[in-house]
Amino acid sequence: MQRLFQALIVMMVVALVSFSLFQFVGDPVNNMLGPEGTIEQREKLREKLGLNDPVPVQFVRYVANAARGDFGLSYRIGKPVDELLAERLPATVELVLVSAVIALALGVPMGVYTGLRRNAWLSRVFLTVSLVGISLPTFVIGILMILVFGVWLGWLPTFGRGGVTDIGGWQTSLLTLKGWSHIIMPAITLALFQLTLIMRLVRAEMLEVLRTDYIKFARARGLRSRSINFGHALKNTLVPVITIMGLQIGSLLAFSIITETVFSWPGMGLLFLQAIQFVDIPVMSSYLVLMALFFVLINLTVDLLYYAVDPRLRVERAGSVAH
Amino acid sequence: MAARPELAPLSVSFVAHAADRLRRFFDGDLFYSFRRSPVTVAAFAVTVLLFAVAALAPWVAPHNTYDVATLNLMDARLPPYGFTDQFGTPGDPRFMLGTDDQGRDILSAIMFGLQISLGVGFASVILAALFGTLLGLVSGYVGGRIDSVIMRVADVQLTFPAILIALLIDGVIGGILPRAMHEELKVYVLILAIAASQWVNFARTVRGSTLVEKSKEYVQAAKVIGVHPARIMLRHVLPNVMGPVLVIATLSLAIAVLTEATLSFLGVGVPVTRPSLGTLIRIGQQYLFSGEWWMTIFPSVALVIVVLSVNLLGDWLRDALNPKLR
Amino acid sequence: MTGDTPRRRVLEVEHLKVEFPTRRGNLVAVDDVSFHINEGEVLGVVGESGAGKSLTGAAIIGLLEPPGRVAGGEIRLAGRRIDDLPYERMRRVRGREIGMVFQDPLTSLNPLYTIGRQLVETLQTHGSFSEQAARRRAIELLGEVGIPSPRQRVDQFPHQFSGGMRQRVVIALALCANPRLIIADEPTTALDVSIQAQIITLLKRLCREHDAAVMLITHDMGVIAETADRVAVMYAGRLAEIGAVDDVIRRAKHPYTHGLMGSIPLIGDDTERLTQIEGAMPRLTEIPAGCAFNPRCPKAFERCRVERPELIPADGTAVACWLFDRSPSPGAAADG
Repeated sequence: MQRLFQALIVMMVVALVSFSLFQFVGDPVNNMLGPEGTIEQREKLREKLGLNDPVPVQFVRYVANAARGDFGLSYRIGKPVDELLAERLPATVELVLVSAVIALALGVPMGVYTGLRRNAWLSRVFLTVSLVGISLPTFVIGILMILVFGVWLGWLPTFGRGGVTDIGGWQTSLLTLKGWSHIIMPAITLALFQLTLIMRLVRAEMLEVLRTDYIKFARARGLRSRSINFGHALKNTLVPVITIMGLQIGSLLAFSIITETVFSWPGMGLLFLQAIQFVDIPVMSSYLVLMALFFVLINLTVDLLYYAVDPRLRVERAGSVAH
Repeated sequence: MAARPELAPLSVSFVAHAADRLRRFFDGDLFYSFRRSPVTVAAFAVTVLLFAVAALAPWVAPHNTYDVATLNLMDARLPPYGFTDQFGTPGDPRFMLGTDDQGRDILSAIMFGLQISLGVGFASVILAALFGTLLGLVSGYVGGRIDSVIMRVADVQLTFPAILIALLIDGVIGGILPRAMHEELKVYVLILAIAASQWVNFARTVRGSTLVEKSKEYVQAAKVIGVHPARIMLRHVLPNVMGPVLVIATLSLAIAVLTEATLSFLGVGVPVTRPSLGTLIRIGQQYLFSGEWWMTIFPSVALVIVVLSVNLLGDWLRDALNPKLR
Repeated sequence: MTGDTPRRRVLEVEHLKVEFPTRRGNLVAVDDVSFHINEGEVLGVVGESGAGKSLTGAAIIGLLEPPGRVAGGEIRLAGRRIDDLPYERMRRVRGREIGMVFQDPLTSLNPLYTIGRQLVETLQTHGSFSEQAARRRAIELLGEVGIPSPRQRVDQFPHQFSGGMRQRVVIALALCANPRLIIADEPTTALDVSIQAQIITLLKRLCREHDAAVMLITHDMGVIAETADRVAVMYAGRLAEIGAVDDVIRRAKHPYTHGLMGSIPLIGDDTERLTQIEGAMPRLTEIPAGCAFNPRCPKAFERCRVERPELIPADGTAVACWLFDRSPSPGAAADG
């Protein structure tokens, strides 16, 4: 319950920030009409946009509109912002999903392996790779991949999504081989950083867990290594990791901006970037609000997950703790 | 210091304290494990070298890439020395790593770029460290509502990835400033933005350590005697907290440099007139398809080396200072 | 000591040496320690923190953490050597033949599994139980250790139990495969004083019922006085004195033991000051030559500083002190 309240506060704060953007940054009338508008035209526009009303009223109107998904028109393009976002949403979401799957499917096993077999040479290889992985910025990885697979080897396309298929309004590129050939490089680029993070995290957790008393006691009871490693240790390792996973999705969303830039991937990130450069406030603020919503939702989900998985967090029924 | 006479001897004892610790450092386990690990020594050497180059760039660089008068378009887009590009044009020994589209020497551009990248990164970390440590100390020591508020803010901020925060602050403030002031202030805004994305790490760690120290007897004793809280925090708690702070600072430096490079790559970082490594990479990317790979690859390599060395150093530092692993 | 044929000895430890290679050189944490435990007997192992008691226990059950290792000596369980067994063989000994109880019951139990699951798992590892049979046995065990309403509690999680209850669960887990030896490493230190007595009584009763020998490691002399049949006193990784509990406590021979006993306040005692032993137990890197206790010993003489004493039989107990050496020797004579 407390979390929900906190989430609401965050959303309010973000809404406030977004709104202030509108108020203080640039002049919407100017942006829309350009320098040629006459004074009458400006006044009319001001009335129409409701810019002459007192600030609190404008704020309420803003929030009400936002709740309906109406963010106004983009300064740069002129189309309604929610349409723009809807267009771009599938591209980003698919990219992020594919990357997340790659990062998890590879990162967790690698982490477990390096945690269990600390001295195997493969572990050392993984660790060195992870160190490099953390030091390679996403865009450098992207550029390198473009160079090797796109320019030199010519195996994979280097920009765009390839063809898209429309499923009930959602434009997916995952149903064609061509689509996959377009998404694979950006997805790997995006996943790499997360993969190394996940691997290191899982490894660190695993090592911590293996040092605990209950593992020692399990060994003292003569339990088989397999039960200890995969039954006890793994389960305890994954609990905190699950929550981090949720935050990682958030991270992926943020880093997708970079990946979209490198590969000219037509997603929301690119839109946001262009908005910043152009100071296209409606797009900026709506992206902000959307992102905030995502993050808040993700955090709530993670909290719920944690609660579901760790029995210690469940509320005690009266009288169950006895001496 | 004049208004608080009891704090004056603070500085003297702090320096003496630090000098003694330095002496003990070289005798201690830390330095031993340092010497023992060739990778770490190499990382340290490289980091020092890079910082030196960055600081001395104007004197060390073979060409001054800022001086437009020295640029010659005939020298543009040359491959690195020892290579030939697809047209058969050979590299020029004057430009060891090749030139960009304006005839600027890539090697020199990298050196100046290093200066910007490291400069911004370093400044951000210092700012974040100061701000974060202070907040952490206060939060941990004073506790109560101040603590709750600060930690709430930190928690909320942590739900967003650092890069998004930096992007936001940079973008928003950049949007607010009138165009004229843009260029000069851009760098400061950038430093502020990156610092804002990093302070939380410092604050949390310092708060944790402060809480631990707070319950120790020497702090209780000082409180009972009536020593001023500021003095307790600075003289007693702070030195004990420096270890973790140093680790975070190193790792934070790597992140800061990466963040700056990313923002510059995206076009919202440093102004183009003073390109950092990220800017160079961005400009170079356009020429990737025409086969002029050196424009973007060499700055990328430089960036990776910087971040890698700092990360290695930070890793070693963290393992060396971790009491559990000794 | 007469009348004990080797067959009745559950545990025999001979000249056990545990060392830690560090960059500063080899640290010897347990130095030439020998003792035995008979069937059904409780041997208390006392000493200050760092004296090597826990490490001895760990070495016996084969859970020394690297880089620590057994560098010498033999450990025999019911006549069979166990110190040189490969991992898998030793694993089967653990739990089945040697059970161990640790200090902190909260951290000894996996917080994510119900205690029923943890019991069933242990039972099925060491015996061929079906799921239901194991569950029934688990509930029985919980009843044996005194957990009320075991049928409901078997499906609860560790955090739903109080400290004392948790330690009972831990004891149940250690005993469920009917081992012949239980090593209890500070089993009551983390518990409230009022609960300590209950747990100790429980342990003693269960071990008697299951016919198990007990190695009770603790620094609490009160517990030893209540529970142990024999006691071994350790100092700086070495045995100082070993013998029947009454002998060692009431008629302490080694000056260290003497000091230990004198430092325990007794209700009804008239003495005004508790005995204090000057100084502190040396760190592993600074163990003095000769007898480890000599710098602090009020009765030390020349020989103590030079030669390390072996365990010398004296009147029913064995003492590592030159004061009790009857044989003629070079060097100054003992006083007192």
